[in-house]
Amino acid sequence: MGWFLFDPLSLFFIVLILLISFPAFIYSLGYLKGHHTRFKNILTQLAMAAFVLSMILVVSVRQVFVFLIMWELMSLLSYFLILSDKDSPKSVEAGTIYLVMTHAGTAFLIMAFFLMYKVTGSFDFLVIKQALAGLPGHTKDMLFILLLIGFGTKAGIVPLHIWLPYAHPAAPSHISCLMSGVMIKTAIYGLLRFVFFMLGINALWWGGLVLGLAVVTCLVGVIYALIEQDIKTLLAYSSVENIGIILLGVGASMFLVKAGLPVLAVLALSAALYHLINHAVFKGLLFLGAGSIYRATGTRNIEKLGGLIKTMPWTALFFLIGAMAISALPPLNGFVSEWLTLVALFGGVLGLSSGFLKLFFCFCAAALALTGGLAAACFVKAFGIACLAKPRSQQAAAAKEVHWTMNFGAGFLALLTIALGLGAVWVFKLLAKIAGYTTGLDASAMNFSPGLFTLQPVGNISLSPVWLALLLLVIMGVVFILLNLVLGRSKVTTVPTWDCGYYKLTARNEYTATGFSKPFRLVLSFFLLPYQRSEKIKESFYHVKSFVYETNTKQVFNEYLYAPLVNFTFNLGRLAKNIQQGSVHIYLSYIFVALFLLLIFMGRF
Amino acid sequence: MLRFILIILFAPLVSGFITRLKNNLRLRRGPSIFQPYYNLAKYFRKDEVVSQETSWIFRITPYLVFTATASAVFFTTSPGSLITLIFLFSFARFFLVLAGLDAASSFGGMGSSREMFISSFIEPVLFLSVAALWLSTNSMIASALAATALFLAALAETSRIPVDNQETHLELTMVHEAMLLEYSGRSLAILELAAQVKQLIFLMIIAGLIFNNLALLPVIAVLVALVELSLAKMRLFRVVDYIAFAGVLAVFSVVMSIVGAII
Repeated sequence: MGWFLFDPLSLFFIVLILLISFPAFIYSLGYLKGHHTRFKNILTQLAMAAFVLSMILVVSVRQVFVFLIMWELMSLLSYFLILSDKDSPKSVEAGTIYLVMTHAGTAFLIMAFFLMYKVTGSFDFLVIKQALAGLPGHTKDMLFILLLIGFGTKAGIVPLHIWLPYAHPAAPSHISCLMSGVMIKTAIYGLLRFVFFMLGINALWWGGLVLGLAVVTCLVGVIYALIEQDIKTLLAYSSVENIGIILLGVGASMFLVKAGLPVLAVLALSAALYHLINHAVFKGLLFLGAGSIYRATGTRNIEKLGGLIKTMPWTALFFLIGAMAISALPPLNGFVSEWLTLVALFGGVLGLSSGFLKLFFCFCAAALALTGGLAAACFVKAFGIACLAKPRSQQAAAAKEVHWTMNFGAGFLALLTIALGLGAVWVFKLLAKIAGYTTGLDASAMNFSPGLFTLQPVGNISLSPVWLALLLLVIMGVVFILLNLVLGRSKVTTVPTWDCGYYKLTARNEYTATGFSKPFRLVLSFFLLPYQRSEKIKESFYHVKSFVYETNTKQVFNEYLYAPLVNFTFNLGRLAKNIQQGSVHIYLSYIFVALFLLLIFMGRF
Repeated sequence: MLRFILIILFAPLVSGFITRLKNNLRLRRGPSIFQPYYNLAKYFRKDEVVSQETSWIFRITPYLVFTATASAVFFTTSPGSLITLIFLFSFARFFLVLAGLDAASSFGGMGSSREMFISSFIEPVLFLSVAALWLSTNSMIASALAATALFLAALAETSRIPVDNQETHLELTMVHEAMLLEYSGRSLAILELAAQVKQLIFLMIIAGLIFNNLALLPVIAVLVALVELSLAKMRLFRVVDYIAFAGVLAVFSVVMSIVGAII
């Protein structure tokens, strides 16, 4: 009996955690400078180090019980870190929502783990894996559902995602980077470890359920991200979307394992792992960029930003690279993993035997495509409104480039974004091995890349990011040089923007983020439920002093799922008040009744 | 490589042909079918006027857009490579939309917003059509449905009526043109050429990949002209219905290729 398990799956996650923690730490040096007192800065740094350590322990321990303790430690430390940037009562609210949701999730995990202990009699991962093999199907189904809810809460599967858009913006940016980039991925680790590795895929509907949830998660996440004006909330919603994309790969893999298509299953899981590491990198990058913008301008509202590409050139460049990667533009890393996921889904369409299942996979691929399109719209908006054109406020106009450590952190991740795109073949080969190990399939004989630079996962479909990048560079170079040689340098006159003869354009004439996403808000109004409210504040009957106009959307999940739940809980509490009479005799009788019921319970079960 | 150069050389001709045909059908004489070449030659020679609000994104965008669009030529040969092609087009669009926002003008922002709105809903249609192409081997009806879906998507992607109008001079109704509003001279020439290349690529996919017959290219160009003549431009929010219709066709083509309808 050992304490640790360093197998390919854990090593992958340990590398990932370290890879993101390093730039986040460097970044925090500049971010925290002069932010709090010296003592509090050191305390925050220590808490962050402990947080990173707890995440590493989560993915490397081998005892279920220790896993649970580390999991809780990770949740609590991140809770304290969320509160460390306490400049508004909102972060307390955010922290509370996070704490409640994460503990609700953990409750399901505890149930699953006790059930596991009951049927296997062990806390050791490998012993449990052995013992679970002979279990009846319905127990496995039960365990799967409990684990899915438990880990799904941490990962942010819709409708359990509501804590993300509160918690991630409230935390300091390097912590958001760690939480969004790495911490929610430990939930994916949990799913892979407990469901794939230990439980084994029992039924076809497991994969189907995960795929269905993934599609909903993708679309809901990206739609909310699209209409969001707060840059960090936008990024948090986009994390929900990306978890959906990762789960598309995981779900497809679960499905294909059971359907007897091992090569495709390994491909789908590798694609999911690839997107997992990619998302950690570019979402970390974007959060760091958003943090730099926040530090320089003091606002997270993109409606008040603009023109940052001139005042903060480096931050804007890194943010652009992150936005390009998350919009899956070739040849960056997001493109490679989305391409792989699409190909895996299309492979499923070709390989599966039943027509209905083919159609299902086709719909998943189409949903992924729609998600990609909407995500591109979302990040064009985020970058275009925040960084281009004229500054929309005094703070944005006065922004200065941030401390070099912050740029170093973001720049490191930007380089990683490019490297993970160009080095796709090598990364993928490694990931295929890990995926093979996790699924218990032999991946050594599977060949996904015929050449040194080419991926060819299915049939004759191939992709070579390196050649693609070269092709783009060569064409661009040739066009540029040819034009300059033949026609000479273009003469450029700089003038004000065309204003239809209007006297002078100001920043108020620019398009806004709300305006940019308005078509989406109208078309998706069945889901977003936008509303307008106007109010005249009158001084007297004749004179209107000021006018309030508000347009917003309703949060469907908060309003129709969680609000009733919270109300129900409060009502239950009010009812429970009735049995609190304050008399010792009544309490003694409660104890007696409880004992009596327990004895009956023990006797029966 | 030859194919690459040929496509870039012939792309303006297709535009010229469609414009000429539209004018003739309206009983006008219309410009010569070589007019796009004259326009490009003129733009290439002219100086550029650039807004003072713009950044390097605005200057680099024409080259990036052209590069991404032109390199898509290499990915038109099989249904599998079409996935990469779609990603390349979204690369080009990403920068074009940013350039639209860069000049601090509301027209550009309007065009950018609409372009993203239309294209993000078109994306699943494209992927479903590609899936249908991939699946179907000999089903005529599946190919026909996929071709129609792709044709509708192509009209939207190449800013044709009923989604957008290339001929309009009213900024408020523009989509693609609004993003190019601040461009002039050489940059404008490159962007116009890129748009023409994109149009030819779409027509080639429909003719070459679906019907396996590049000789059909003029027929599809004629169809584009006929559609443009016989329809009015739609209100922006009705475009969603249009795209949904294309999506339904694409779904049906997938279903048809899955059941393997022989007709």
